[in-house]
Amino acid sequence: MPGPGRAPRGGYQKPKELGKTVRRLLGYLTRSPLPLVLVLVCLLTSVAANLGGSYMLRDIINRFVWSGCTDVAGLGLALVGLIVVYALGAVAAYVQSAAMVRLAQRGVNRLRRDLFDALQDLPLSFFDQHPHGELMSRFTNDADNVQMALEQSLVSLVSSALMFVGLVTLMLVINWRLFLVTLAVLALTTALFRLIGGKSRRYYQDQQTALGSLNGNIQEVIEGLRVVKAFTHEEQATADFKVRNDAYRDAASLAGFFSGIIGPVSHNLMNMSYALTACFGGVLSVLQGFDLGGLVVYLNYSKQVGQPINQVSQQMTALLSALAGAERIFAVMDAQPEVDQGKVTLVRAEGEARAWCWSVPEADGSRRLVPLRGDVRFEEVNFSYVPGKRVLKNISLYATPGQKIAFVGSTGAGKTTITNLINRFYEIESGRITYDGIDVRDIAKDDLRASLGMVLQDTHLFTGTVMENIRYGRLDATDQECIQAAKTANAHSFIRRLPQGYQTMVTGDGANLSQGQRQLLAIARAAVADPPVMILDEATSSIDTRTEKHIEAGMDALMENRTVFVIAHRLSTVRNSNCIVVLEHGQVEEKGDHDSLLAQKGRYYQLYTGQFQLD
Amino acid sequence: MLKMIRRHLKGYGGQAVAGPVFMVLEVVCEMIMPLIMARIVDQAIPQGDTGGIFRMGAAMVALALLSMFCGVMGAKLGINASQGFGANLRLALFEKIQTFSFADIDRFSSASLITRTTNDVNNMTIMLTMGLRIMVRTPMMLLSALIIAVTINARLALVLVVIIPLMTLAIAGIMGVGIRLFGLVQRRLDALNEVLQENLVAIRVVKAFVRRDLEKKKFQRSNDDLTDAFLRVGMRIVALMPIMTVCMNGATVAVLYLGGRMVMGGQFDLGSLQAFISYIAQILMSVMMVAMSLLQLSRAQASARRIQEVFDATSDIQDGPAGDRLPRPQGRVEFRDVSFRYAAGGEGDDVLSHIDLDIPAGRFVAIIGGTGVGKSSLVNLIPRFYDVTDGAVLLDGVDVRDYPVEELRRRVGMVLQTNVLFTGTIRENLLWGDPDATEEDLVRAAKDAQAYGFIMSTPNGFETHLDQGGVNLSGGQKQRLCIARAMLKKPAVLILDDSTSAVDSATEAAIRESFHRNLKDTTVIIIAQRISSVRYADEIVILEDDHVAGRGTHEELLASNPIYQEIYQSQQEGVEE
Repeated sequence: MPGPGRAPRGGYQKPKELGKTVRRLLGYLTRSPLPLVLVLVCLLTSVAANLGGSYMLRDIINRFVWSGCTDVAGLGLALVGLIVVYALGAVAAYVQSAAMVRLAQRGVNRLRRDLFDALQDLPLSFFDQHPHGELMSRFTNDADNVQMALEQSLVSLVSSALMFVGLVTLMLVINWRLFLVTLAVLALTTALFRLIGGKSRRYYQDQQTALGSLNGNIQEVIEGLRVVKAFTHEEQATADFKVRNDAYRDAASLAGFFSGIIGPVSHNLMNMSYALTACFGGVLSVLQGFDLGGLVVYLNYSKQVGQPINQVSQQMTALLSALAGAERIFAVMDAQPEVDQGKVTLVRAEGEARAWCWSVPEADGSRRLVPLRGDVRFEEVNFSYVPGKRVLKNISLYATPGQKIAFVGSTGAGKTTITNLINRFYEIESGRITYDGIDVRDIAKDDLRASLGMVLQDTHLFTGTVMENIRYGRLDATDQECIQAAKTANAHSFIRRLPQGYQTMVTGDGANLSQGQRQLLAIARAAVADPPVMILDEATSSIDTRTEKHIEAGMDALMENRTVFVIAHRLSTVRNSNCIVVLEHGQVEEKGDHDSLLAQKGRYYQLYTGQFQLD
Repeated sequence: MLKMIRRHLKGYGGQAVAGPVFMVLEVVCEMIMPLIMARIVDQAIPQGDTGGIFRMGAAMVALALLSMFCGVMGAKLGINASQGFGANLRLALFEKIQTFSFADIDRFSSASLITRTTNDVNNMTIMLTMGLRIMVRTPMMLLSALIIAVTINARLALVLVVIIPLMTLAIAGIMGVGIRLFGLVQRRLDALNEVLQENLVAIRVVKAFVRRDLEKKKFQRSNDDLTDAFLRVGMRIVALMPIMTVCMNGATVAVLYLGGRMVMGGQFDLGSLQAFISYIAQILMSVMMVAMSLLQLSRAQASARRIQEVFDATSDIQDGPAGDRLPRPQGRVEFRDVSFRYAAGGEGDDVLSHIDLDIPAGRFVAIIGGTGVGKSSLVNLIPRFYDVTDGAVLLDGVDVRDYPVEELRRRVGMVLQTNVLFTGTIRENLLWGDPDATEEDLVRAAKDAQAYGFIMSTPNGFETHLDQGGVNLSGGQKQRLCIARAMLKKPAVLILDDSTSAVDSATEAAIRESFHRNLKDTTVIIIAQRISSVRYADEIVILEDDHVAGRGTHEELLASNPIYQEIYQSQQEGVEE
């Protein structure tokens, strides 16, 4: 079900706010009108040279090209003039296209940059609602279309229009009676175009639908090929594929037929126009003394006059779909960015320890320093991702500095959500979260997040060396510090065994590493950041318990003197927390340390003794 | 590439031939028209023969209509042939991919196989559509225009001897550079997409570490690189059209001068001159079109090569010879001195070395060990997802390489680590296990896999539609469906590769219980991390590094095996205090 923001399949949807989008896009093309004026002048020159040059032929033919004329020098001279005009046109055409390419490329570069920059400022909820593929297609399909349109369609439209007007004018000047014939054929051409174009559009939609279904099938089967093979389901899969493949072939043949005949049909209509013109022109020449030079030139023009129409209909489609693409790009740029009105910043205090402090602005303009301790409190927090569907209800809890707080509960109970609220990935609906007594909404977002280390459920690495990936945690960390962090996370030993050690390239989100190794790197990355508060969201879920045991020392070092929030599936991981919070359906069901919770014989006890499903 | 085209045009050969024939007819009709026009100008007009003018005009209109008909037919047959070819090629490619071994999939990567089946095949189809039209029509046009031009005035045609090489040189020069730079553009585009994709996938990491500015810098670097490449191509390509125009107009002027002098001398007629000029234009246009289509061709060439690579891959997993001499399926699995590495022959360490293991039929065996010690690799050898590098794996006394692959996999059921379900209803997904399963079979399998409860709690039960492979299910639910699917297959050997990791202990125990009850004769091999998942197994195998580091029951291992003790300790601490 394509939503409103869904990537386009066909190229035929229309932009909604044409004028606004065009203005904004032109802003990207150039900020000053000067280059555009240059382009326009060159365009006019090249069109005029082209048409004027051919028109000069009329006179040349009439004056020199007839049996008995002997003025060879005159002919030569006239032709030199013609060459100059043509050369001028060619130079103007080159300057114009080169200028356009430069403008368009620079413009699209700016467009992509602004889009990416805007994207970085959008809240996570935006990324939740928009699949990656869709956002990617803003940068690829849509930006490509815009680029093509700016580079070619725009100019092509203007030049076609100029060309058409020029041709019609010149044809009228040469012989208006003959033009009536041309007009009739033109009218026929336009009518046929509409007919074929309409059909072509409709079948094109069918083709795209069939293509979507075919490609979806291919993707699913190839991605799941291992399962297909495990179940020897190859024949069935092929049969399913064949149905879609044939359907696509038929749809594509039909659509291709209609788009394929546009060429021959229009081409031959022009031939017909040529024939009729030749015929009537001949008659006019016999009966009314219509000059032969005029006839020859007119015939040339009548062959060309169909082209601009053809061009306009093609380029209009390209332009409209580019504008629709631009509109989608602008929609992303205009999406509401993350709210950040925090004024409190994170600073290093003077003195030996260089401890982290919050710098709180006072009413009188001075700043008060509050030492960062890692005291996090939730006060009656309510939250929902989608309005009306409350995920967290009335959560109140506190973590005093140096404590380890663990969240347990079934999938969907709201464990990850709670941690996402501390760093303001999402905004709470009501209530308050304070950090060292300061409302998190008053803290500048970047500083807030810099103070919180996170190891997330899904580890993501970046293309680059292992060393660079660890350094992602703190950009100014030395190699030594990175290696030290890797040792803390117990990642050092496996990294050393990699082909190039710390210089081994990580590619494709760490596809060349095992899940466990990736997680160790993510832990090292968090360790090098050395933040006062740490959030570990299922950080060790992909590491076997024995290896986990081995990195426990490192993890303990990582957690020492920090406030730590831990989410874990494995209860052995959370046992020694100061406080274990059992969440169920977005509410705190139980709270306490391991022993007291076991003694309560409540939900935690059930979970722990395996009497209740954790799913 | 031509061989590929010929092979996959099967069934559309007639259209592929008839299409161009019609196109040739179209060209011929079109080529005659300026000749008739010349006669109007040179004969009918000077003689004032209006009847003649009308007759010739009618002939030209008729020719145009005929040409149109031929053009439409040519388009129809051409598109049918090329789309038919595309469908054939896609099917052949798809079928080939179905024969791939896991090693082949690793080597090509799913993403690249998908692009080859979609984009590359499309490029080939487009190429053929264009090719049939331009590669046939244009050279025909070039040839016939050339012949007519020479016939009209051979001396004047000498202009072409100068202009065609000049033009070809210019085109070749620009395009040569262009093609090379297009490669650069493509690489830079890939680089940009990579930065983008990583950023999107890891947006939480980016935000958590506040690396917005670093990411923006990274992106802008790729963005500028891309623009730079585009500009380098663009600035060269835009020279093409003006140069062509200059060549064309230059030729016209030259012909006018030389031809005009002939007309003055009475050796040539104005009408013929006019016709000659239009042929010259045709010729030069055709030269340009040929060059353009060569550019297209070079792109299709790259696609053809990528497709050919897939066809050339000889799957290392071939059917064995023992098709008719197979033992009754019982489920005994033996590993005899098995060594395995992923890139056979290449570098890389052995993942498994000299493994000896005998699993009698009907046993419940658990394999446990650290991350990356080769547990999955070991079980993947049984259904021949990979082949051993050394030694042999035997199923019921026969080397698995001697089984027909399909028969082998029918006997060995496997629940993979990554749970893949397919678009369709829950019922359709379960029927993968056994297309002939009855309603009772389905319900029993679902109950055995502890999936029945949640299936029935969905709005449409077994008919509930799974979108995109089950995004609407939790991890544990997907795992249970996958187990049910495998159980329906009723294999002799059932392998579960860490397939209950997202299922809680109690549910897992229930699944184990139903295995015990209903799969008494089935050999069950499970890989697991949790002691609770393995402790009731008939035998537990401990893998450490690349070898077996211990075997026995839970009690035996707990008493004697230090590794097992350590694993046990790490999970049990505090539970039994």
